[in-house]
Amino acid sequence: MADKILNKLYIKVWRQNSPKEKGRFETYEIEDISQGSSFLEMLDILNDKLIRDGKDPIAFDHDCREGICGMCSLYINGRAHGPDREITTCQLHMRKFNEGDTITIEPWRAGSFPVIKDLIVDRTAFEQIQHAGGFVSVNTGGIPDGNAIPIGYDDAEEAMDAASCIGCGACVATCKNSSAMLFVAAKVSQLAKLPQGKVEAKRRARNMVAKMDELGFGGCTNTGACELECPKSISISHIARLNREYLTAKFSE
Amino acid sequence: MSKIENKIPQGPLAEKWSKHKSDIKVVSPANKRKLDVIVVGTGLAGASAAASLGELGYNVKAFCYQDSPRRAHSIAAQGGINAAKNYQNDNDSVFRLFHDTIKGGDYRSREANVYRLAEVSPLIIDQCVAQGVPFAREYGGTLANRSFGGVLVSRTFYARGQTGQQLLLGAYSALNRQIAKGSVKMYTRHEMLDVVVKDGKARGIVTRDMVTGDVKSHGAHAVVVATGGYGNVFFLSTNAMGCNGSAAWQCYKKGAWFGNPCFVQIHPTCIPVHGDQQSKLTLMSESLRNDGRVWVPKKKEDAEKLQKGEIGPNDIPEEDRDFYLERRYPSYGNLVPRDVASRAAKERCDAGFGVNNTGKAVYLDFKYSIERLGIDVIKARYGNLFQMYEKITDTDPYKEPMMIYPAIHYSMGGLWVDYNLMTNIPGLYAIGEANFSDHGANRLGASALMQGLADGYFVLPYTIGDYLADEIMTPKIDTDAPEFKEAEKAVTGRLEKLFNIKGTKPVDYFHKQLGHYMWDYVGMSRNAEGLQKAIDGIKKLKEEFWKDVLVPGEMNNLNPELEKAGRVADAIEMGILMAQDALDRNESCGGHFRDESATDEGEAKRDDKNYTYVSCWEHKGEDKDPVLNKEDLVFENVKLTQRSYK
Repeated sequence: MADKILNKLYIKVWRQNSPKEKGRFETYEIEDISQGSSFLEMLDILNDKLIRDGKDPIAFDHDCREGICGMCSLYINGRAHGPDREITTCQLHMRKFNEGDTITIEPWRAGSFPVIKDLIVDRTAFEQIQHAGGFVSVNTGGIPDGNAIPIGYDDAEEAMDAASCIGCGACVATCKNSSAMLFVAAKVSQLAKLPQGKVEAKRRARNMVAKMDELGFGGCTNTGACELECPKSISISHIARLNREYLTAKFSE
Repeated sequence: MSKIENKIPQGPLAEKWSKHKSDIKVVSPANKRKLDVIVVGTGLAGASAAASLGELGYNVKAFCYQDSPRRAHSIAAQGGINAAKNYQNDNDSVFRLFHDTIKGGDYRSREANVYRLAEVSPLIIDQCVAQGVPFAREYGGTLANRSFGGVLVSRTFYARGQTGQQLLLGAYSALNRQIAKGSVKMYTRHEMLDVVVKDGKARGIVTRDMVTGDVKSHGAHAVVVATGGYGNVFFLSTNAMGCNGSAAWQCYKKGAWFGNPCFVQIHPTCIPVHGDQQSKLTLMSESLRNDGRVWVPKKKEDAEKLQKGEIGPNDIPEEDRDFYLERRYPSYGNLVPRDVASRAAKERCDAGFGVNNTGKAVYLDFKYSIERLGIDVIKARYGNLFQMYEKITDTDPYKEPMMIYPAIHYSMGGLWVDYNLMTNIPGLYAIGEANFSDHGANRLGASALMQGLADGYFVLPYTIGDYLADEIMTPKIDTDAPEFKEAEKAVTGRLEKLFNIKGTKPVDYFHKQLGHYMWDYVGMSRNAEGLQKAIDGIKKLKEEFWKDVLVPGEMNNLNPELEKAGRVADAIEMGILMAQDALDRNESCGGHFRDESATDEGEAKRDDKNYTYVSCWEHKGEDKDPVLNKEDLVFENVKLTQRSYK
C-alpha cells in the first residue's frame, strides 16, 4: 500500500540564530512528501533542500525517533507535538496533514526554557528539579533481594504510569502558566507509590517544589491542558498526589 | 599462540571473579578524593558507572551529547533485562544463564567474562528495585518474569514495554543524586572528539561544546568510554539519530584495538522501510514473539496478491499460512535467537514469499494469542508497542498482523578490553555496548541492559580501583601539557577542514551511500566478492566525502550538520574495517553469515578450527592497512557444538 504524496506544503517556522538575537518566522515551500513519512523526515528533506541552496538548515532537537527519549519538542500548529494524541513529535506522521497546508512550527515557549537556536530550547531547568530530589538515596550494592519487599500489582502499575514521563516539556509548553507541576508530580508520585521512595517522600516533595518555584515555572491552576498534550498521557491525578505529599510535608515541618 | 594479555584469573570458572576481587587493589577514601575519572556517555553503562564511582568518592566528570543524560538510547530498550534469579523455579541458575549466553553468542565470547555477567545479574535487579524502578509485579507483590529468544526459562524482568527507559531513569536518578552532591560534574550537549594519551596512559579527552562550538580539554586519571554501538554506520538502524561510534573510533586511532567489528546484530522484528524518505527504523520488541506467531503465505500467488494490495492478510486461510519458524525450529519455534529469526525472514522474502508492497516483510500475528488469552491480556502486555505500531503504520495490530522485517540493531563488536574492562591503552576503559566483551557473535534478547548495568554498577567500580591505586601520587592532570594542546589543535583542524570543503552534497548523502554499501554487502549475508566490493566502494566514497561534503552554518554556534559530518567521516572508516573483518572471518557464526560457510540446510556453519578467536584490529596510520591481532578463545567449561534450535 503505497502512501499518498503531498505535492506541496508551506512550512512556516521560527528562526532564531542564537539566544540573544531576535527571532522571526520564515516560510518555506516543500514538495513531494510521502504521507508515510514522519514529521521529522519532512524536516530532514526541507533541511536537505536548504543546505543545497546554501542556506542554514533549521535546528531542531531529536534523537531516538521512536517516542521515548523525550528530545524532540516542536510546537506544531499551536499544539505541543502537533495534531495527534499520545505521541511525540517524532511519532507524528504526514498523513495528519493535507495537500497545500501551511504548517506552523515553533519551539516550546516558556520563560524557563530559553531558545538556544531556532526550535531548540534549553531544558536544563528540568535537570535541576531532578537534582533537587528525584531519586531514592541508595548507593550501589548492599541491597536486599528484589522480592524482599512485596509491592502490590496496582501500586506498581500506578507508579509505572507516573514513571512513563519522558521529560520532554510538552506540559510546560502547553500550560498557560508554564507550570512544571505535571513533570514534578510524575517523579514525586512514582516514588510516593513505592515503599522504597516513601522513606524520604517529604524531603523530596519539599525540595523539588521549591526548586521548581525558584526556576520560575508558573503555578498550577488545574486547567488540565498538560494531561491532554502529554505524549504519555500522564494523569493530573498525580498532581493531586503531589499536592497531598507537599502539604503533608509542609504540615510536618 | 596468542600474545594478548586478557588478565583472566586462574582457577575454576565459578571462583574467578571472587578470587580476582580479593586479588586486586583498592584505593582508600582519602585518595579517591584526589582522583579524577571521566565517563563519556550516560546510557545504562555510563550513568551507572558515573553514579557508582561518584558514590565511592572519585571526582567524576560525565559527558553526553544530548541535553540530558536521561535521553541516552538505552532509554529505547523495550522488552526486558535478564537475571539468573530463578524466581520461577524453572531450574534457572548462574550456570544456565552463562551457558545460554555463550551458546547464543555462538561460542565467540570469553567464558570468564560471560560467567561474571551471569553471576552479578541478580544484584542488578535488587539495585534497580531499591532505586524505585517499577518492574512488573504479580498480584502477590513479587516480581514478574517473561521469556525471551534463545532460552528455555523465564528470567526476563520488565517494566511494560519500557524496561530500558525505567532502568535508565533509575541509573539517571542515582547520577542526579551524585550531581547534586557535587561528586559528579555533568556536561550535557558536549561531544568527545579525541582521547588524549600521555606517556602511554589515557589522561583525558577533548570535547566540543555543541552550543558554543568551544573546543576544550578535560584531564583525568582514567577515562571510561560508554558511548554505545556503531549500528548507525548502516544509516538505517534502530539506533537513535545521534548514536555513533566516533568516541570508540578516536580511541582506536590512538592505539586501542577494535574487537570483532564485523559482529553486528540484525533484529528480526522491526517495522519495515516505508520508502526512500526513511530516516530510521523502529524496533518492535522481541517480547512480542512470546505471543505473536510469525508467518508468510505458503503460496507464491498469495504473496504476490498481498504485495499488490489486492488482498489482506486476513484473507489467507489458515492452511495456506507458513509458520516457517515453527516449521524449521520446532523446539524453539517463534523464540529462536535473533540471528536465526532474521535469516529465516530474509530467506522467505528472497524466495518471493514476502509481503508488503516491497515484498520485504513478514507477518507477526497476534490473532492466536488474542483468541487464547483475550484482548485485555495482550493489551496489558504490549499496549504501548501496539500503539507505537499503529501510529507509524496506520494499521491496527489487534485486527491485522504486524508487518516486520529485520534491521540493524546492536553491535556486539567494540573496543577490545581485558577482564578488567580496560582497553590495551592503560587507563582507558570501555563498558557496555562500546566494548566487545560479552555477547560473542550474537547477543541474546534482554542481555544488553544486563551487560550495561553489570559493567557500570558491579564490575568497573571494582576493577578501576586496581589501576587507580597506582595513580594516587599522580597530581591533577595538566591540560596545558603539549599532548592536550596538540589534540585540541588536531580536533579544531579537522572541524575546520570539514567546514571549509564547501562541496556540493550534504552529509546525509554520504551517510546514505555508506548505508547502501553496508546493508547490501556487509549485512545479513556476506561473501568475499561483495565484501571486497564494499571495501573498494567505501574507500572511493571516503575520497568523495573529503572533496565534496557541504557543511553549512557556523563553526562557533550550534551546528548539527558539523556534528554529523565528523561522525559520518568516522563511520565511513569504520565501515571499511567492518568489511575487512568480515572478509577475514571466513566462517558463519551468530550475526555474521558468510555464504561460503553454510550447512546443507542453509544454517550458519562455524569453523572452530580456524576462527575461535577475537579479532583485535590495530590502527597503523592514516593510509596504512590495520594489523589483525588474535586473542584465542579458550573453552574449558562448555563444549563447542553446532548451535541448534531445532
